[in-house]
Amino acid sequence: MTSADTEAAAGPPADAGPDAGQQVSAGPGSLAPVITGPVANPLRDPRDRRIPRVAGPCVLVIFGVTGDLARKKLMPAIYDLANRGLLPPGFSLVGFARRDWADEDFAQVTHDAVKEHARTPFRDTVWDQLSEGVRFVPGEFTDDDAFDKLAECVASLDEERGTGGNYAFYLSVPPKFFPLVVKQLKRSGLADPPAPSAGHPVPWRRVVFEKPFGHDLASARALNETLSEVFPPHSVFRIDHYLGKETVQNILALRFANTLYEPIWNRGYVDHVQITMAEDIGIGGRAGYYDGIGAARDVIQNHLMQLLALTAMEEPVSFDADSLRAEKEKVLSAVRVPEDLALGTARGQYAAGWQGGIPVRGFLEEDGIAADSHTETYAAIKLNVDTRRWAGVPFYLRTGKRLPRRMSEIAMMFQRAPHLPFAATDTKELGQNALVIRVQPDEGVTVRFGSKVPDTAMEVRDVNMDFAYGESFTESSPEAYERLLLDVLIGDPPLFPRHREVELSWKVLDPIEEFWAEHGKPEPYPAGSAGPPSADELMRREGRAWRRL
Amino acid sequence: MMIDLAETTTGRIHEAIWQARQRLGGPASGMVLTLVIVTDETAQYDAVRAASEAAREHPMRVLAVITRRPTASSRLDAEIRVGETGPGEVVLLRMYGPLGEHADSVVTPLLMPDTPVVTWWPGIPPDLPSGSPLGALAQRRITDAAAAAEPHDCLASLAAHYRPGDTDLSWTRTTPWRTLLAAIMDQPHGTISGGTVEAEAGNPSADLIASWLSVRLGIPFATTVSGGPGITAVTFDTSEGEVSVTRPDGRVAILRRAGQPERKVALHRRDTAELLAEELRRLDPDEVYGETIAPFLSVAPAAVGGSLDGSGAAP
Repeated sequence: MTSADTEAAAGPPADAGPDAGQQVSAGPGSLAPVITGPVANPLRDPRDRRIPRVAGPCVLVIFGVTGDLARKKLMPAIYDLANRGLLPPGFSLVGFARRDWADEDFAQVTHDAVKEHARTPFRDTVWDQLSEGVRFVPGEFTDDDAFDKLAECVASLDEERGTGGNYAFYLSVPPKFFPLVVKQLKRSGLADPPAPSAGHPVPWRRVVFEKPFGHDLASARALNETLSEVFPPHSVFRIDHYLGKETVQNILALRFANTLYEPIWNRGYVDHVQITMAEDIGIGGRAGYYDGIGAARDVIQNHLMQLLALTAMEEPVSFDADSLRAEKEKVLSAVRVPEDLALGTARGQYAAGWQGGIPVRGFLEEDGIAADSHTETYAAIKLNVDTRRWAGVPFYLRTGKRLPRRMSEIAMMFQRAPHLPFAATDTKELGQNALVIRVQPDEGVTVRFGSKVPDTAMEVRDVNMDFAYGESFTESSPEAYERLLLDVLIGDPPLFPRHREVELSWKVLDPIEEFWAEHGKPEPYPAGSAGPPSADELMRREGRAWRRL
Repeated sequence: MMIDLAETTTGRIHEAIWQARQRLGGPASGMVLTLVIVTDETAQYDAVRAASEAAREHPMRVLAVITRRPTASSRLDAEIRVGETGPGEVVLLRMYGPLGEHADSVVTPLLMPDTPVVTWWPGIPPDLPSGSPLGALAQRRITDAAAAAEPHDCLASLAAHYRPGDTDLSWTRTTPWRTLLAAIMDQPHGTISGGTVEAEAGNPSADLIASWLSVRLGIPFATTVSGGPGITAVTFDTSEGEVSVTRPDGRVAILRRAGQPERKVALHRRDTAELLAEELRRLDPDEVYGETIAPFLSVAPAAVGGSLDGSGAAP
């Protein structure tokens, strides 16, 4: 175990972590906030569910503020939080980027981004108080001066707006800059909270960064070392924006709040599990990032492995962060790759083709991609989970770009009934029963089962029974980034993977990547098709088939 | 789709809703509750509108019960709106004559099966929400003390007849304030010795905040009168000086505390649809409301006495 894990298992460290004593946390599955720590706020009552948790005074510093993500997701999410009254008075936002901007220019950019992309209605009053705390610091990541200016800027915000020395740093930058930014934060003293003074809470420092968490086990460890030199593990937030907290909680609620599913959630009934994330887009302008990374590292390592863990894990003893993580780590450590990787994996590269009525380029013709690139844009792997519950039940994971449509889902495919008291012709159109958890779009659950076709002698055919979250709870789900930012500002990390989970996922993927590097190259598939023939062959060999996308 | 049915029965209303749903291409499987609105002809438009907006968050069947001309002979007219304003469906039920006394006999067959029922009185609250026929069939009963002629007396009456499942929109209105105050108390502060809640005259939400603070903190909070709009300030007297939140314009609140810069935060007043949407988010009894309203029994003994014999907050 690394030092990170020791800490992780122990929860808030005994040496008074940044927010020990002030933390109000809710278990991921529970609806009522639970007050912990020595200072209980008498105004908070777990039964009073109208009062949401609100972040304490703080500054959010975003690096890479000119990027798409910052404009389309982060800034609107900040506004939506403010509009819902979840940001503290005096909350301040600092942008850092290589632009010759003044505070006003950045405020204008934020304003436009919010107006265009925010989920909740635009209110001048909310914007006015938010914009008073918007600052911009121009500079490069190599520029010591710029970071010193940033340090001055946040210090003056503490004075002017009472943000109390609490800073969150959001690294919305390519991963190669992570070490540089983190070192600069260390050098400029931004990463170190000042010594505690009597009567005041210890200020906190938190850092947020997005996947990819390295590109193999070794680099993930190196990245973790860089981070842990500067930030303690409980201050590091790893974010997978594909996997919103809502989705995770929906899966947990479905599995563990019901009695209906648990009895059949095992090898006795399940034939196999398919976990899919399909994208209809190509790599767009992300060639620099994508080339050499590929679909498996980009999506399977984090997103699909997390979905697998949530599907396959045992019931946690409680829904607090540590119990949940313990179960996920347990099941991830039981994942085995197939013995013959040639038969148990498939990969592809999209070729030119027609997608959704539009002619599109092939991967090798995309700008910035070498004509002989071996990067895969489609990956399918078969995994086994060596536990009593899942022995002999394969988990098939697949992801790809330029597939017919955008969707992610977890499909539990059930065994066929051991005996059908019908004539073979009656059940010709009967497939396998299935329970499908749709992650996106149109989040919900589908159950597929056989039903008699009306007015025939006796004919059984598959029908679907559907539940959509959007139908029973319209408009109530906040954007994933809202939940995520609020968790960071409150200091509530339970559902984000800690370093150990990241390492376990890489341990699964590394042998596959090594095998691929040494054997052959990705098989082309036309854009707009469902993937390369080898992926279909993978399933056919075992008498199974992918669900149609 | 709008359907008018004159001199009708619940059976025919059912039939009409079902046919409308079929024609629009889907059953009403996603509906999560039935909202019964007890209203009159003048107030029904605003109430139904707010409910239709709230239905975007909570798809539901809205049954607006409108009693007309109690002296006429019994008659039921229905106006059905399906697929007009969003995911829910609305039925306006106009009841003439003695039928108005038996509204529950019309409402009961029209409730969505196996889902919760909420009854809402947008106007003057009834004497005994849980005891009225339309309140008795609901598990949540929403009143609005602010609509009463004497809101403070009304709170006393609601306290006297409180049953788990009762709630009041003047309590819902306090949520943003209470959220802000709770967040302020999350930060270190001196020992609180008392405080005040300042609002325009006859604002039941201010009374409720003062009561909530008194109950939670165990020290008295007074209410004082200002020019409004709504609640204008909450002040804590602490051992480290005064902590105050003022909101003179009903939009932006200013937080002041000794030794710290002034901070602003948007704190706007919400419309009825938003209040209703918050109310419908949880359908189990709001115990904190029950505890907050309980002291009104002893605070205003005269009013309670009045309401017990039915004269305090008569409809």
